[in-house]
Amino acid sequence: MSGEKKKKRDYLHPKSILKTETPYCSGCQYGVVDRIIGEVIDELDIQGRTVFVAGVGCHGLAQLLVDTDTILALHGRAGATAGGIKWALDEDSVVFTIQGDGDLAAIGIGDTVRAINRGEKLTTIFCNNAGYGTTGGQMAPTSLLGQITTTTPLGRDADKTGLPFHVAEFLATLPGVVYSARHCLTSLATYNRTKRAIKTAFMKQIDGIGYGFVEILVATSTCWKMSPQEGLKWLEEHMMAEFPLGEFKDTDEVVIKHQLG
Amino acid sequence: MSEKIFVTGNEAIGYGAIYADCTHYFGYPITPQNEIIEFFAREFPKAGRCFVQSGSEVSSINMLIGAAAAGVRAMTSTASTAFSLMQEGLSALAAAELPCVVVDLQRGGPGAGTTQTAQMDYFQVTRGAHGDYYNIVLAPSYVQENCDFIQLGFYLSDKYRQPVIVLTDGLLGQMKEDVVLRSIEFGPLPEKEWALRGSASRGYKRSYLHNYPGFGVFGRYANYLDYLKGANEKYQEMASSEVRYEAYEIEDAEIVLVSYGSTARAALGALHQAREEGMKVGMIRPITLWPFPMQVIQETASKVGKFLVVEDSIGQMVEDVKAAVEGRAEVHLLGIFSRHLPNTSGMIFPDTIMQEIRRLT
Repeated sequence: MSGEKKKKRDYLHPKSILKTETPYCSGCQYGVVDRIIGEVIDELDIQGRTVFVAGVGCHGLAQLLVDTDTILALHGRAGATAGGIKWALDEDSVVFTIQGDGDLAAIGIGDTVRAINRGEKLTTIFCNNAGYGTTGGQMAPTSLLGQITTTTPLGRDADKTGLPFHVAEFLATLPGVVYSARHCLTSLATYNRTKRAIKTAFMKQIDGIGYGFVEILVATSTCWKMSPQEGLKWLEEHMMAEFPLGEFKDTDEVVIKHQLG
Repeated sequence: MSEKIFVTGNEAIGYGAIYADCTHYFGYPITPQNEIIEFFAREFPKAGRCFVQSGSEVSSINMLIGAAAAGVRAMTSTASTAFSLMQEGLSALAAAELPCVVVDLQRGGPGAGTTQTAQMDYFQVTRGAHGDYYNIVLAPSYVQENCDFIQLGFYLSDKYRQPVIVLTDGLLGQMKEDVVLRSIEFGPLPEKEWALRGSASRGYKRSYLHNYPGFGVFGRYANYLDYLKGANEKYQEMASSEVRYEAYEIEDAEIVLVSYGSTARAALGALHQAREEGMKVGMIRPITLWPFPMQVIQETASKVGKFLVVEDSIGQMVEDVKAAVEGRAEVHLLGIFSRHLPNTSGMIFPDTIMQEIRRLT
């Protein structure tokens, strides 16, 4: 394939993304996350058998963009609702969630862990923007030490609020998780790595192996009260200093330690 | 011929689910409804159906939301304290218009309360959680009704796209009675074309479900008030079409008992004893707690002088009876303070009810 043809194909509007205005603030990377998911759904040819469960938060606005069957879960409960859907449908259905750091890591960490511990074979795209967006910029479990938010006006203090939560590393310790990675969207190269990771996380479900998880460091500059350029710079300088990129788990089988009988 | 078996009320709920063609059950252990979850764990896989032990009642109700959204007949069961945990999910099920059945087996409260029978959930099942919505609440009094009302509940939930609550209690759950196993025919139901099965099933036209009726972008309704109008029309229709109750000897009655669930059986025992003694006692047993049988109580109030509400609480249903009576008759309460023992094992016996009837007449 010639370079020009390839380039043209790469910029086609994904079939699985509705042609509509973005619901996001200017400079916000959530729309990029949704586009990548649309590209992956197209490439895997699963649009017609996929159900998307939206978490509560700006990431949930993906319901307005991703053109598959969809439901909005209660705040934090996307893992349970997605599990209920997966149990109800044929094995070849694909069920995924998009969840933010408030939705998944704070109010929903219990239901996330419980879904994994029930052996649910789901795919979760986790958007880490180091805070709450929809509600106006409060501290999340992933907020950085020293970060000024509306509920940490003097900066996040480890003594009073604990340490930033490394969700991808934490979930990788659970036997039901077969893929866990953290990526970002600061360049074409990182975009491509994020896309490969999301595709892998979907494939782990499609192949019936287990729970696939991708954490994405997402610049939400308006919420951070920065310009898009400043937001990306802040993400690279501070979020990436706290949250290392990489794959924390990639396995093709769930390890059983011991079985009776 | 229908098979007759001798089972507990809790097992009867499981048989009801099987005869209702329920295919998915999500549950979490809590006393005194553990025999229900254990029935499903034992019987559902044998019948090729899906049993999942969730990690909490919050997970149960949210898994139920998922399964109901995917269009299967799904249910959960729990007991009072954990029904409280499910309330947010019930509000969401109503908002998203998803059909399913939730069984609440009442135990005593408040807080952890007791693990033994009581009737203190009347308010929380009929009044619900936040927001304007109503769920049909079915209250069985017999083990047979535990089985039948699961079937009725699924029919009504599919008919109205609305969750249905079956409110039973610890006593009815643990007692054994004969149950005739039978499949009840209710009539045709609408197709679930909205069910999340993948858009390929609809020619790639996607289904968009949410519990956020104020956000009317792709939902069934154009805006928030249109949603509330549509939902309200549905609730009005349910209120006018789905009232169920049993009336016993109210025609010539001078005092009418009002009682539901297992306590209604003690009240009925008292009624029979009173009639034998020549006393003109009638009774109304509400079967739907919402919609509440207002009309029959209103009509009866203009003919009798007194009502005696018998319920195993400090007084919840009595409020609805007073609202129906509108001051046209006296409304008395025989509640939890009339149990035969002061501890958690106490019960309201027919003799105590008889004494109260004698005192009032």
